[in-house]
Amino acid sequence: MHPAFSVIFFTVASGAGFGLFSLLFIADVFKLGGGFEREQLIIGGLMAMALVVFGLLSSTFHLANPKNAWRAFSRFRTSWLSREGVFAVLFMPLALVYLASIWFDAPLWLRETSGFLTAVLAWITVFSTGMIYACLKTIRQWNTPLVPANYLALGYASGSLLLLLGAVVSGLDTTPYIAMSALILSIAAVLKAIYYFWISSPGLGPTINTATGLTRAKVKLLDTGHTHGTFLTQEFGFQIARQKAGLLKIVVFVLGFALPGLMLVWVFNQQGGQVAAIVAVITGIVGAAVERWLFFAEARHVVNLYHGAQRC
Amino acid sequence: MRLGLVIDLDVCVGCHACAIACKEWNASGTTGPLSDYQPYGAEPSGVWFNRIRHYEMDEYPNNKTVNFPMSCNHCEDAECVTVCPTGASYKRAEDGIVLVDQDKCMGCNYCSWACPYGARELDRSSGTMKKCTLCVDRIYDMELPVEERQPSCVLTCPAHARMFGDFDDPDSAVSRTVRERGGFGLMPELNYNPTNQYLPPRSKPVIPIEAHPRGGLKESIKQFANKLVRR
Repeated sequence: MHPAFSVIFFTVASGAGFGLFSLLFIADVFKLGGGFEREQLIIGGLMAMALVVFGLLSSTFHLANPKNAWRAFSRFRTSWLSREGVFAVLFMPLALVYLASIWFDAPLWLRETSGFLTAVLAWITVFSTGMIYACLKTIRQWNTPLVPANYLALGYASGSLLLLLGAVVSGLDTTPYIAMSALILSIAAVLKAIYYFWISSPGLGPTINTATGLTRAKVKLLDTGHTHGTFLTQEFGFQIARQKAGLLKIVVFVLGFALPGLMLVWVFNQQGGQVAAIVAVITGIVGAAVERWLFFAEARHVVNLYHGAQRC
Repeated sequence: MRLGLVIDLDVCVGCHACAIACKEWNASGTTGPLSDYQPYGAEPSGVWFNRIRHYEMDEYPNNKTVNFPMSCNHCEDAECVTVCPTGASYKRAEDGIVLVDQDKCMGCNYCSWACPYGARELDRSSGTMKKCTLCVDRIYDMELPVEERQPSCVLTCPAHARMFGDFDDPDSAVSRTVRERGGFGLMPELNYNPTNQYLPPRSKPVIPIEAHPRGGLKESIKQFANKLVRR
């Protein structure tokens, strides 16, 4: 699949935003590390919402006809793309209710109920983002429950690193935040490793034989029938060299998980302080972006069987 | 009604006439134009509803070239319609034709991701997804004589490799042909239940290909003499 930059930015930014908001709520409920001040909670919440909004706006850049984008909310009963849009938009007012109840010192039940509902909605939205890809039977590398699991784990991992930075800047006790980040980073790394292992074996999907129905003999493509590329080859023809993909997987694990993990140790030992937390956020998010690029680059659509591939 | 095509892989000669006729009709049809990019430039490309690929099956000396026209299969379980977030893609209840409402499409490409057959192509000029309409603006046109109320590709095929009809009617020509010739849909394992059916190439005796034995000196002289003598 052709990796579209706007979609990579969208999924990484909105994933981090939804993750940050959910974890901010948890930090608020349990007053982790002494608990954030009122203003700090508001700033953190607004930053999370800004990440979500920027992500959603960037996602419209890959539309060829964005003037009809508003119609995307209409088919939430069948389409995961529509569901994602609906839930992302529902998230906003609920998140504002939560932040307002913090600002105006609303009764605790309102604050915690709205916060809980917002966190659940954030979870559902990121799950929907993953399901956009996971529901496609045409792409073996995506059609697995590991995909929404990866999207959620990486969103929460980026969010937890952002929250840790907030805790460091706010001068809270960072130990619970470090523990939370370490746990989520480990889960995300393990899930990603399982995913890479899973897609590395060819599976039993369609082949050039089932694609043409000529199942009794070897089949090979002689001619695609077009002189230059088509929409199909431009959208689905993207191929990445196995060696390059292997190298990028190392980059994903080093930048996305190992370096942020190392920075957690530094923050814990009070060696790096803010700098270590900032480095953790930057490497974590760059790692997530590389992971997302590779997620698209490695996906092989079955239509490639009509352009010469023997199996996908 | 469940309208669709039957494509005879045994008969198709791979002339691309169906693709040209399709482009000609649909460029001015309901979802037209079908934009071309650099039609006379170095990298010609554009939107087509029907594409013909050429395959070789089996190996020498049993090999055979199979010409393979493909357009929308108007699947019964059309995932392209399920995933469409705007409701632009729809499947008609009355005849099963899958269409894209050009006024609603936002050009997100998601339906083309869901289609295993590559039937959907984005028109970069209009920013909307376009696909085979089964010539919906032809087959119901009461102004046309009855025999012309068929998709352009079917009408134009010089080898009669294409048929159009109702698969819900067990006695229609398409249903009977598919039964008799063992027609099949493509990629059945994905469970899209494509309506269009393909008829397999027939098995034919292999043409002997042993080289003719070389004649001796007498044969060579005869051949030489034959070349000289004008009859």
